[in-house]
Amino acid sequence: MDATLAPDIILKLSNIESYYGPIMAIRGISLEVPRGRIVTLLGANGAGKTTVLKTISGILDPQKGSIEFMGKPIQRMEADRIVRLGLSHVPEGREVFPFLSVRENLMMGAYPRSDRDGVAEDLERVYGYFPRLKERINQPAGQLSGGEQQMLAIGRALMNRPTLLLLDEPSLGLSPILVKEIFTIIRRVNEEQGMSILLVEQNARVALETAHYGYVLEIGRVVMNDSCDRLMHSQDIQEFYLGAKEAGARGERRWKKKKTWR
Amino acid sequence: MLDFVQQLVSGVALGCVYGLIALGFVLVYKATEVVNFAQGDLMMLGGFFAFTFIGMMGLNYWIGFAGAVAAMALFGMLAERIVVRPILGYPQFSIIMATIGLGYFLRSVAGMIWGTDDFKIETPFSQGVLRIGSLVLAHDKLSVIAATVILCALLWLFFNKTTLGTAMRASSENMLAAYYMGIPVKRVVSIVWAISAAVATCAGVLLAPITFIHSNVGLVLGLKAFPAAVLGGFGSIPGAVVGGVLIGVIESMAGFYLAEGWKDVAPYLVLLAVLLLKPEGLFGLHARKKV
Repeated sequence: MDATLAPDIILKLSNIESYYGPIMAIRGISLEVPRGRIVTLLGANGAGKTTVLKTISGILDPQKGSIEFMGKPIQRMEADRIVRLGLSHVPEGREVFPFLSVRENLMMGAYPRSDRDGVAEDLERVYGYFPRLKERINQPAGQLSGGEQQMLAIGRALMNRPTLLLLDEPSLGLSPILVKEIFTIIRRVNEEQGMSILLVEQNARVALETAHYGYVLEIGRVVMNDSCDRLMHSQDIQEFYLGAKEAGARGERRWKKKKTWR
Repeated sequence: MLDFVQQLVSGVALGCVYGLIALGFVLVYKATEVVNFAQGDLMMLGGFFAFTFIGMMGLNYWIGFAGAVAAMALFGMLAERIVVRPILGYPQFSIIMATIGLGYFLRSVAGMIWGTDDFKIETPFSQGVLRIGSLVLAHDKLSVIAATVILCALLWLFFNKTTLGTAMRASSENMLAAYYMGIPVKRVVSIVWAISAAVATCAGVLLAPITFIHSNVGLVLGLKAFPAAVLGGFGSIPGAVVGGVLIGVIESMAGFYLAEGWKDVAPYLVLLAVLLLKPEGLFGLHARKKV
């Protein structure tokens, strides 16, 4: 992406380094999310995907580097102020409020907002995306199934009407049908509201089908980035993330093939 | 029978005071997982503030009451900011020790300022009695019960019907998720401390006509209120009040019907029995907390 397109870049990370105690979890990551686009971060367990999201949303502070959200530096800002700027984070593992009702959970998503009419409108919109939540409006969120909790977590973040949505592993622990359902909604949110989305996903296939642009992370570094179409056709991605098998010289699966970026 | 009703009423009245202090324990614990052992001393300080306003400065009872509550709400915020927040996230023992230290500090300072005598606050309820047939109930006891009911209703409305109250419950259920929602968790915690100090002050002022205010009253009553909170299931707001009332009634009944000495032991015996049968307390949510 060209730097001259700067006004259209909604989020820009430059050389971010984050630590968990003494352990360096991100080793200098730079990435960009253009307005209205879905960008995905791919990578194995421990690649640092979740850490990147936590660093963006202010739960972790980066040691080095800068994060710009809509032209404003937000590194080391308090998490609740970042949310108020229009950046919402759907955390890994859903993290709903178990004893609050579905409705109260959704209203907490709108906590920073004071426009009652807009909030009521967005509540209806979320019920439109997830009709199942409407059926359980007064139930404590802890009683919902995993899939419903994921819907609630996403709906709750949408209640902030964010400019940028960070989604961490929305497919975690869900059945294939639910995964499909949730990703359909993610695409709809992006298309209908023009919401920019930064998506972290282990399920590379569905992530590449959903997103426009992808970054591949390995042990805290970006090793590859390209449009999702091209990533999908890259040999390395096919073999290491999509599970395509290539027959070796002796007709066996070759496990130790070198990746091109090593 | 008359004796029984009268003992019941004074037990409930005393129990309401325990319940209000226990409520303070529970509010702070729910919000921050910190057990504030200075809760009783906050009550004591609130009582002294009210005594200063009403007894020494001669203000109207209600104005003095409101002034003491407001001053203590501020003091609660300050205590959280200065004593607790810097060590939040460190081992529980450090925080517990800090609150115990805060309690000692408050007791000594109160002793230095107001001396070690007993003080009494004149209230509009000090004299009157309510007669129903041959039953005689003192206004001061009834006022404690009425005030507790009103206070609990207000707190219930606040926590269930307002956005800020819901945000407090949300932060206490999942602090990290509350950050993700843009809830200013630190400010919320400050407000929780303010509320808990304000509730403690109400307890202190209401208590004043029944017991006297002295610098150690917080320690004595705190030691009764703590089991009340445990009995109700630490972390449950209705549990704290019910636990307090239970302890108050048991104490009052034991004092009247049983031999000398049972009065102080009986509440703890009941507490032990309840904990053996229901370790999470009467209204405990602990076993179900992580979903």
